[in-house]
Amino acid sequence: MSSINGIAASNGIAIAKAYKLEVPELTFDKSKVENPEAEIERLDNALEVSKQELEIIKENAKKSLGDEHAEIFSAHLLVLSDPEMINPIKDKIKSENVNAEAALDETANMFIDMFKNMDNEYMRERAADIQDVTKRVMAHLLKVTFPDPALIDEEVVIVAEDLTPSDTAQLNKRFVKGFTTNIGGRTSHSAIMARSLEIPAVVGTKNITEAADKDTLIIVDGIDGHVIIDPSEEELAAYKKKQADFEEQKQEWAKLKDEPTKTAEGEHVELVANIGTPEDVEGVINNGGEGVGLYRTEFLYMGKSELPTEEEQYKAYKSVLDQMGDKPVVVRTLDIGGDKELSYLDLPKELNPFLGFRAIRLCLERDDIFRTQLRALLRASTSGNLKIMFPMIATLDEFRQAKAILLEEKDKLINEGTEVSDQIEIGIMVEIPSTAVIARQFAKEVDFFSIGTNDLIQYTMAADRMNERVSYLYQPYNPSIINLVNNVIEAAHAEGKWAGMCGEMAGDSIAIPILLGLGLDEFSMSATSILPARTQIKELSKQDLASFKDKLLSMNTAEEVEQFIREKTNQ
Amino acid sequence: MVEKTMTITDETGVHARPATVLVNKAGNFESDINMEYNGKNVNLKSIMGVMSLGIPKDAEIKVSAEGSDEEEALQTIVDTIKTEGLGE
Repeated sequence: MSSINGIAASNGIAIAKAYKLEVPELTFDKSKVENPEAEIERLDNALEVSKQELEIIKENAKKSLGDEHAEIFSAHLLVLSDPEMINPIKDKIKSENVNAEAALDETANMFIDMFKNMDNEYMRERAADIQDVTKRVMAHLLKVTFPDPALIDEEVVIVAEDLTPSDTAQLNKRFVKGFTTNIGGRTSHSAIMARSLEIPAVVGTKNITEAADKDTLIIVDGIDGHVIIDPSEEELAAYKKKQADFEEQKQEWAKLKDEPTKTAEGEHVELVANIGTPEDVEGVINNGGEGVGLYRTEFLYMGKSELPTEEEQYKAYKSVLDQMGDKPVVVRTLDIGGDKELSYLDLPKELNPFLGFRAIRLCLERDDIFRTQLRALLRASTSGNLKIMFPMIATLDEFRQAKAILLEEKDKLINEGTEVSDQIEIGIMVEIPSTAVIARQFAKEVDFFSIGTNDLIQYTMAADRMNERVSYLYQPYNPSIINLVNNVIEAAHAEGKWAGMCGEMAGDSIAIPILLGLGLDEFSMSATSILPARTQIKELSKQDLASFKDKLLSMNTAEEVEQFIREKTNQ
Repeated sequence: MVEKTMTITDETGVHARPATVLVNKAGNFESDINMEYNGKNVNLKSIMGVMSLGIPKDAEIKVSAEGSDEEEALQTIVDTIKTEGLGE
């Protein structure tokens, strides 16, 4: 047995055998063959099996991601029956008497090179599609398995370098009991997805793919961030107990599902959830969320070959609003750029994407994209309690421009005879220090603030949150952050507005008492964090915590803050 | 042989999704169907052929069909280009 430490990304204990989601070794020797016909038959068989697998993957993608996202697999399927690709491979086998592997590799590479050399970014990326398809066929020729989350049909723990959005979207919770990856942190995509799927996960283990062999028994401890490979009898028993205890704890939490969130003195605060797709709403309701505090709309735009239409977006927004009834739903307009790219927009590569052309900056320049989204939102607004917020606002002028565009589209729709709600609150994400500092000025014009701590911390500390070497600077409890957060909350309250938080910090057991004391109105977090947070808040006195406010604001270091809160709240 | 010239109006040009639809449609016909852009002529039954043209917005393309069902084939492809919002 051995044990590896990583970052606890999603609560719970998973025990199952390892399923390694990595491309297998696909080396082969080029050789002469005696019987080309037999080689062609081998190729045909490999093509056939690959097609069957792709059909399964496509159907699965359709179910979990929708038709639009499944289209890419239709293209992959067509490559496998493309006469301009398959015939040259067969000709090569016949005329040069080479093995199928060599013929496939040489022909595919010719196409891959051709696409790679095209002068359009979108077309260059298609080279990767051909590569994907070729690898699958090659794996079957070499009789090795080519893993895919859609093909899993027994209980496993997934072990991978990292999981892409389309990998995670295809995970079937019935079989995938948990996952563990080499890279990533608490705020990386795979971690967020694990929490929304409610499966245990440990990320950032650095070398789990090397340490764990296929099919060995693995324990993923998503509570404390350990992965145990090939556990002993004693360890297995201990973890089974921990797993049972956690289930019991969950039952306890579930009792608070339909209760409002109240502090020890009975004051109400709102606990809402972060979601990425309409499918996530089920988890919000099951975990007793009092609304949606952050609907990340990027997912509608990602993993596709073109922009989503107004109709497609309308359906998604309406679905979320319908499911949430009269509970608030805060939708963040498109936040693309930074680490989230859209190949079909063909945006130039930037040296410093997190400080570059992203989110509202992009939307104000490409207002065609922005207007389509706003129209879809406005049309859906009559289905529920919609609030709209703009991401990455750095100046008041940006907010004014964005709001003006929103109001223009609203007028247009009304003139076209479309009904639009007149109760829509318009707010901003506070994630750039410039905005946090002059929150007082913003508060006069916005309806609400939602503090995005993941970015606010990285911009305040000037530390890339993807860069592990500066990860020590990711300090949510740093007094600088607490002062900025306090400034935003005070500014909101001075103007009779509300302030929420939708970063990781809002669900953190050390941060919750701090934020409660500062007077935060709304806490938005992963759905699975809601019940533990509600349980914690029930025991906390807002008045007591508020009395520590000045002390906290004048502390020197993050450690000091953390230690103080631990003492005061017995953690 | 029958042929028709069209202009691509889609923002992203002929990208994977509509190309997939076109190739699937073309595969239903007996006739040889080709697409020409920028002096390069490819088999419209080949996804790689179509994608390799890298057809951008505003491009002028020529679709041609030759064979027993050429009229119907051409009409179907032209209609598909229009209904997919790809061009006119």
